[in-house]
Amino acid sequence: MMNAFMQATIEFLKLYWVPLLCGVAVVAILPLVAGYIVLVERKLMADMQARLGPMRVGPHGLLQPIADAVKLLIKEDIIPDNADKMVFWLAPVLSVGAALLSLAGLAIGPAFQIAQDINIGILFVVGISSMGIFGIVLGGWASNSHYSLMGALRSSAQLVSYETAAGMALVSALLFTGTLNIKSIVEVQSKEGIWFVMVAPVAFFTYLVASIAETNRAPFDLPEAESELVAGYMTEFSGFRWSLYFLAEYTNMIVVASVATTLFLGGWLRPFASVHGLPGFHLLNFLDFVPTLLLVAIAAYCIVRVPKQPTRVQQLFMLAVAGLCFVVGLVLLAPVIVPIVKPALTEAAKPFYAGIHGGFWFIFKVSLYIYFFMWLRFTIPRYRFDQLMRLGWHFLIPLSIINVLLVGVALIAGSYFNLHGWGLLLVTTPAAVITLIAALLILAAEKQRDAGHDPNAASDFYAG
Amino acid sequence: MGPQHPSTHGVLRVKLKLDGERVIGSECIIGYLHRGVEKIAENRTYQQFAPYVDRMDYVAAVSSGLGYCEAVEKLLVTEAPPRARVIRTILTELQRIASHLLWLGTHALDIGALTPLFYCFREREEILKIFEKYCGARLTTHAFRIGGLQYEAYDTFEKEVERFCKDFESRIVEYEDLLTQNRIWIARTKGVGILTAADAIAFGVTGPVLRASGVKWDIRKAAPYAAYDQYKFEIPVGTTGDTYDRYLVRMEEMRQSRLICLQAIENIPVGPIMAKVGKVLKPPPGEVYHAIEAPKGEIGYYIVSDGTVMPYRVHIRPPSFINLQAFDRMVRGHLVADVVAIIGTIDIVLGEVDR
Repeated sequence: MMNAFMQATIEFLKLYWVPLLCGVAVVAILPLVAGYIVLVERKLMADMQARLGPMRVGPHGLLQPIADAVKLLIKEDIIPDNADKMVFWLAPVLSVGAALLSLAGLAIGPAFQIAQDINIGILFVVGISSMGIFGIVLGGWASNSHYSLMGALRSSAQLVSYETAAGMALVSALLFTGTLNIKSIVEVQSKEGIWFVMVAPVAFFTYLVASIAETNRAPFDLPEAESELVAGYMTEFSGFRWSLYFLAEYTNMIVVASVATTLFLGGWLRPFASVHGLPGFHLLNFLDFVPTLLLVAIAAYCIVRVPKQPTRVQQLFMLAVAGLCFVVGLVLLAPVIVPIVKPALTEAAKPFYAGIHGGFWFIFKVSLYIYFFMWLRFTIPRYRFDQLMRLGWHFLIPLSIINVLLVGVALIAGSYFNLHGWGLLLVTTPAAVITLIAALLILAAEKQRDAGHDPNAASDFYAG
Repeated sequence: MGPQHPSTHGVLRVKLKLDGERVIGSECIIGYLHRGVEKIAENRTYQQFAPYVDRMDYVAAVSSGLGYCEAVEKLLVTEAPPRARVIRTILTELQRIASHLLWLGTHALDIGALTPLFYCFREREEILKIFEKYCGARLTTHAFRIGGLQYEAYDTFEKEVERFCKDFESRIVEYEDLLTQNRIWIARTKGVGILTAADAIAFGVTGPVLRASGVKWDIRKAAPYAAYDQYKFEIPVGTTGDTYDRYLVRMEEMRQSRLICLQAIENIPVGPIMAKVGKVLKPPPGEVYHAIEAPKGEIGYYIVSDGTVMPYRVHIRPPSFINLQAFDRMVRGHLVADVVAIIGTIDIVLGEVDR
C-alpha cells in the first residue's frame, strides 16, 4: 500500500519535477524581487522629490529590502481580540496565493513558462489573479474595524468595476490573436511583425488605466488611502501577515504588467524583431547589443562609485554588483556575437538567443510598465471614491465596449482587403480615431449631466 | 476619526455621523493639547511669557511672537524703532511663506499627491535656516523682544533673503505645475467645503479662509502694523469659497509675501533695534487688544494690566480655533475623503486650537 503510494509519488515527480522546481523557485525568489521593486520605487520617488532615499543599509541602500524583510519577520504577530481568527489567518494567504499562482501561467521567454502551454493561458492568469480580492475582502471583514471594512468594501467595488474594463481591453487584443494561449499570442505578434499596442492603442490605454485601478495603485489607491482610512484593509495587520499583503500587491503589479506586455507590447520580442532573422548586415540589429551595453554601463557606474563608499565592506559589495552586471552582460552578448564570429554556430546559438534575450526584453518591458505606475503615483493626487466609480462605469467601460466593436469591424475590413502587419494600421487607425471621438462625446455628455444636477446628490456608488 | 489618525494634523478628534460614506454631521473634539497658556501668562512677567506664545502656533512662531510683542508695546505706549520694524516684517513674511508651504505640502499629501510635500519642505528648510542664523532657533524662535529686537541682523541676512526670494519664484511655478491644472486636483477641491461670505463672517473666520470666500479683509491693510504701510502688495480674494479657491489664495499670498520681502530688504533703515524700555516692564494699568494677520488668520492678544510686572489677564484669539468652527458647515453632505481635504484646507494647528 505504502509502496504503491510512493510509486505514484515518484511517477508524479518524474513527470512534473520541472514545474514544481520552478514553482518553488518563484516562491523563493519573488519576495526578494518584490523587495527590490520597493527599493527601486523608493529610490525613484526620492529622485523625483529631490532627496536621496534609503542610503544606510548597504551602498545606496542596496540591502534595505533584506533588512525590511527581516524586520517584518521578527515583528510581534498581533491578532486583534475581536477579529475572526481563522479568517484573519486565511485572508493574506489567499491574497498572496492567488497572486503567485497567476504567475505560473506567464511566459517570460519562449522557454520560460511554469505551466507550459495552457490553452486558455490568459484567461487563467486573469481569473486567478482576480481571486486575490477574496483575501482583501475577508481580511477587511475579519479585522473587525471600521477602517478595514471600508477599505475592503471600496477595494472589492473597485476591482469588480475595473475588471470589466480590463476584460474588454483584453478582448479587443484577443480579436487579433484568435487564441488565448500566451505563447501563441506572442507568436502571432512576431508573425505579423507588429505589436498590438500599435493596432489597438485605445485598448492598451484602457487596460493601462484599469490595471492601475486593479492593483490599487495611485491615483486609484483608495482601499489603502492613508489619509482617510489609515491603511484600509491592512490596518489591523502587522508583521508577517502584512508583508504577505504587500507581497501580493507587488506580485499583482508584476502580473498585470506581464499581461500587458504579452498582449500589447510583443512579449519577449525585441523591437523590430522581424529584422533579426534577415540575412546580411542591418542597422536595426544594433538593438541586439543594447542589453549588454546597458548592463556594462551599470557595471561601469558601480565601479566609478566604489571609491565614494565609506567602508571596505560597502566597496566590496559595490564591486560585486558591478561584477554581476558585467557577467550578465557577457552572457547576453554571447548569443549575439557567436554567429558573427563563427557563422557555423548560427543555428546552435538561436535557442540561446531566443531564451536569454527574450527574457531580457520581457523583463525590460515589464519594468517600463511598472515604472509608469510609479511615476503616476508620485505625480498625481488621489481620486475620490465616487469619482473613481464614475470614471470606471461612465467612461472606461463604455469606451472599451465601443473599442471592441470598432476593432472587430476594423479586423473584418482588414481580412476583406487581406491586410497584414503594418498594413493593418490602415483600418485600425480610423477605428482608434472614431473611439477617441466617442470618448470626447462621453466626456461632454458627462459634463452636461453634471451641470444638470447637484454633483453632491447622494448616489449609491457601491452598487456602481 | 482621530485623535491618532494620519491626517488630522495632530490630535484633533472628529466625531462623524455617516450615512454610508456621506457625512451628515460632525463634532470636533479638541483639548488634547491644552496647556493652559492663558493661565500661565498670569504667573509670568511680560518678558517671560513671550516664548510661550511661540508654542501655540508652532509652525508660525514668529507671527505669534510679533503679535504679542506689539500688544505689550501698545500697552506700554512705545513703538519699536524703524529698523526693528522692517526686520520684523521680513521675518514675519518669511514665516508666512513657511507656514503656507507646510500647509500646501500636508494638504496635497492628504489628497494623495506625495511629491509637493518634499518640494515644500525643501524651500521651508531655506527659511528655517535663515531663522536659525538669525536667532539660533528654527521652530519656536522667540525672535522678537518687547520693544524691538535682541539680535542685530547678521551680515549676509539681506543677501540670503534676496537669494531665497529670487529662487522661490520658480519654485512656486513648480508647485503649480503639479497641482493647479491637474484634473484630479481640481476634481478633489472644486466645490468641496464651500463657505459663503456671509457664513464666513458669521463664524468669525479670518485669514485666507475668509478671503477665499470673497471678503477682502487683511489686517496688514486694514490696520497696518510693523512696517506694512510702506510696502505695496495685493490681497488675493476668491470667489466661491471652496477648497480650490483657498488653495489659489494661499498660493498668491506666498507670491505677495515674496514681493514684500524683496521690497523690504531693498531699504532697511539703519539705527537702533531696541526702543527704550526698562529691564523691568511695568505697564500702566489698563487693557489693550492688538491683532495681526498671522498666516492662518487674525491672531489677537487681549491683555489686561494691573500695573505689576505680570499681566492680570491675557486672552488670545487664535485663528485656528475660530476657523475650526466653520468645519461642520463645510463638511456636511460631503464624503469621508473630503473631510480630510477640508481639515487640510482650514489649515489648523492643534497647539493653537487647544492652547
